[in-house]
Amino acid sequence: MPPVEPERQESQHSPPSRLFRDDTRFALGRIAVFQYLSVAIFLFLIGGFWILQIRDGEFNSELADRNRIKTVPRLAPRGKILDRDGRVIVDNHSAFALRLSRETLKPEHIAAIAEGLQNVKAEEIRALVARYESRKVAKYVSVPIKQDLTPAELAFVESHRDSDTFPELELISNQSRLYPQGGLAAHVIGYVGEVSEQDLDSTEFAKYAQGDIVGKEGLERQYNEVLMGVNGQKRVVVDSLGREHGDPIENKDFTPGTNLQLTLDLDLQSVAELTMEGRRGAVVAIDPRNGDVLAMVSRPAFDPNLFTRRISRSDWKELNDNPDHPMMNRAIQAQFAPGSTFKPIVTIAGLETGMLEPSTTVFCPGSATYYGHKFNCDAAHGTTDLHRAIVHSCDVFFFSAGNRMGVDRIAEYAQLAGIGKKTGIDLPNEKEGLMPSTKWKLRTMREKWYAGETISVAIGQGQVEVTPIQLATAIGGLVSGGVWFKPHLVKGARIDPPRRADLRPENVATIVSGMCGVVNEGGTGASAAIPGLEICGKTGTAQRISNDLAKSNKALALAMRDNGWFVGFAPRENPEIVVVALWEGGGKGALSAPIVRDVIKAYFDKKARLARPGPAQLSLFTEPAR
Amino acid sequence: MARYRSFRDLDWPLLIISLIISTLGVLQIYSSTHGDTPWRNAWWKQIIYILIGLGLMWLTTSVDYHTLLGQVPILYTLSVVGLIVTVAVGNVVFHARRWIHIFGMSFQISEFVKLVIILMVARYLSELKSDEVSLRDLLKLGGLVAVPVALVYYQPDLGTAITCVSVLAAGILLAGLRWQYLAGIALMGALALPVGWYLIKDYQRARFQTFRDPSLDPRGAGYQVIQSKIAIGHGGIWGKGLTKGTQTQLRFLPAAHNDLIFSGFAEEHGFVGVVVALGLYFLLLMQIVQNAQTAPDRAGMYICMGVAALLLCHLLVNVGMVAGDMPLTGIPLPLMSAGGSITMSVFVMLGLVNNVRLRRFVS
Repeated sequence: MPPVEPERQESQHSPPSRLFRDDTRFALGRIAVFQYLSVAIFLFLIGGFWILQIRDGEFNSELADRNRIKTVPRLAPRGKILDRDGRVIVDNHSAFALRLSRETLKPEHIAAIAEGLQNVKAEEIRALVARYESRKVAKYVSVPIKQDLTPAELAFVESHRDSDTFPELELISNQSRLYPQGGLAAHVIGYVGEVSEQDLDSTEFAKYAQGDIVGKEGLERQYNEVLMGVNGQKRVVVDSLGREHGDPIENKDFTPGTNLQLTLDLDLQSVAELTMEGRRGAVVAIDPRNGDVLAMVSRPAFDPNLFTRRISRSDWKELNDNPDHPMMNRAIQAQFAPGSTFKPIVTIAGLETGMLEPSTTVFCPGSATYYGHKFNCDAAHGTTDLHRAIVHSCDVFFFSAGNRMGVDRIAEYAQLAGIGKKTGIDLPNEKEGLMPSTKWKLRTMREKWYAGETISVAIGQGQVEVTPIQLATAIGGLVSGGVWFKPHLVKGARIDPPRRADLRPENVATIVSGMCGVVNEGGTGASAAIPGLEICGKTGTAQRISNDLAKSNKALALAMRDNGWFVGFAPRENPEIVVVALWEGGGKGALSAPIVRDVIKAYFDKKARLARPGPAQLSLFTEPAR
Repeated sequence: MARYRSFRDLDWPLLIISLIISTLGVLQIYSSTHGDTPWRNAWWKQIIYILIGLGLMWLTTSVDYHTLLGQVPILYTLSVVGLIVTVAVGNVVFHARRWIHIFGMSFQISEFVKLVIILMVARYLSELKSDEVSLRDLLKLGGLVAVPVALVYYQPDLGTAITCVSVLAAGILLAGLRWQYLAGIALMGALALPVGWYLIKDYQRARFQTFRDPSLDPRGAGYQVIQSKIAIGHGGIWGKGLTKGTQTQLRFLPAAHNDLIFSGFAEEHGFVGVVVALGLYFLLLMQIVQNAQTAPDRAGMYICMGVAALLLCHLLVNVGMVAGDMPLTGIPLPLMSAGGSITMSVFVMLGLVNNVRLRRFVS
């Protein structure tokens, strides 16, 4: 028994008698094991640090930098859009955009954040965040939630941005688009929006990144590269709450977008918009001397400003479901039978090929029968020569002409004038219309052309389809002597050499003379006349359903009233402006004529005003600098 | 006479090493909380805790450890009652009921429990009549330990529960466990794993999952590990310098003054600093083991080894966790992590070791 220390004896607990040696020697081996185990553990730990600090040191350093260095985009302002006189049509205005930082994002906040915003649903935010995840976008890139916050939303964000509430809210002040009110030139200008996933997959938008604001329709889209500019960036050191410390490491300035100056004349555009108020259809005004588009209207229109703030579901649905299709740019997309406005083209075909002469005469009793089918004329015109046929738009005359020429001759000159082909105007989604021919029919319908079909074609019905821009370009080039410029909306763009045809000047003069008679000799377009100005033109009343159908179904007849076309130009020699007005359901082409008259009058009024040096005149917009 | 002798006989290396480590800790606490943070007073509070700890260490050294061993039953009862009280009334901090407030100071009852378990295991095993642990003893001791450990675990405090188990494991392995029992335990452990997986709480499960792959939840459970590794890696060989570690300074590293203090340390002092610090801990551990080897009786040996096992477990789990080699369990790093209870309890434990050392010439 080991000797017991006196102190110990006093405070002894009473152990059972010890029959073995109470020393530690029995465990020395195991203690040594513990020591070796400790060494192993320490080596294991040091190894872990070696991996992190030495082997992967650089990698982790970079991660540390990424933690603390945030890249903040400096958004480039988008180029403005100006009219031909330099007046601003589309501007930018400063606004705040809301982004969510994905690094500090807590999913449970999303619902509350969506509550504080207008027209933003929690699922949309979640879906958007998920999209960024699936596209493996770098973590420090934040998700844009909403452009252009309203003052109420701004207040909400500012008051909830702190680190205790919603630290993931990020405000970026940026420029937001300001479009004219009332949908002025809405289709031409288009609108901008965030590039979508499908867009990113296409070649057009492939070079952009998630979150970029790009043009979606119209000129905003067509000239997106020009307008867009290049964002700059600022790299700053931030702490874990995203607060900036110190000066920015890098401050790359943005390249602002370039302003786009159009050929549009706001004065003419406004007049055209006003005259089309409440109607369905389109107005196109071009300068046939160079292809400048002076005005382009499509009604009904939409308000592009709806798109600058996130468009609400209901607004979008309304726009899409509206049977009048307000999103459609009728000027380049409405494809309708041109009706009698086609007759000048038939005429030039006839004159050039010798099938028609100014002296050709036809007797019009009010109708004619061809191939067992009766074709009606508006009125019984009696003996009609070419000039009268144009002035009074005698169908019977043209039935006869068309029948003799055959569709292919008509098609040849129509195609020369650009019918059935896209004009190539600098807008997306132009439609090409249709010019039938025997070849066409064989190719598309595998049937041969029936001569009876030519009769309808000759008066611009049947299979023929044109868009307003096509008609304007075609007629404009024709009456300019066979010189067709490509229509374009941007001023100063390189103008391609025009298409030329070797038309005999006297033939052109005959047609022009006829078209002048339409307006000024008591013809169908008399309501387009302006005293002191020699306006020429042609009406067109295009049926949308057959006469028989109209008679049998009054309701349908009402819904499908004839389209009223009018194409007019001035002056008679060397025309400066060609205007086409399409009034869907307008009934008669003559009723569209005043639209054209007003636009042409505005043009010449302005011209006269500018030519006359005098005190500043009142104008719808501020007077441009001379 | 004993007093005078005991002064020179104190384990000075132990004391000095632990003070060096504590100083490093205070510096790191300062570095990670200075400026405008809610914990900017932590560093001088830590100094106070260290001083109190030293006082407690002195106290613990003065009372013969056999006396303490004699009080084990009372201490055990106290700790179990204390645990129950904590579970019932303790305030909920970090969704755990661990602290009790007394006189305006908060005590982590589990620190006290650790000490009691060391003493209890030491007493029980030292009273064994053989060089080997019988099955009955194994089960009895296991049961005794299981009660407070289970309560600790339900606080919930998985980390502390693990450290207590490590004390038990060290004890019985040293006492001589037949390999059959060891195999049996291992087998039962393996079988119990799936059950345990089902039983543990969600966030603990999440921690294990993110341990395997931190990127699974980079914002939540994975955040600490990822930030910790980045901070460590950022330190490189030489470290960024005191108060210059960006991860720490810019507050990317959470809990940089307690659980993840070693990350901040690694960022600011680099691999070199890490090796030095771990070396110091190693020396500390070996010093404790030496005291175990020269202990006058088995009880003393078990006490020292219990302390050593506990500290080793803390180190492995905390430092390993910081480097991403171990799943996250919220246990602090003794002597470095800020915190009164842990600091004071470590000094008490060192006091126990000193206690044993002082009595080594008894026989």
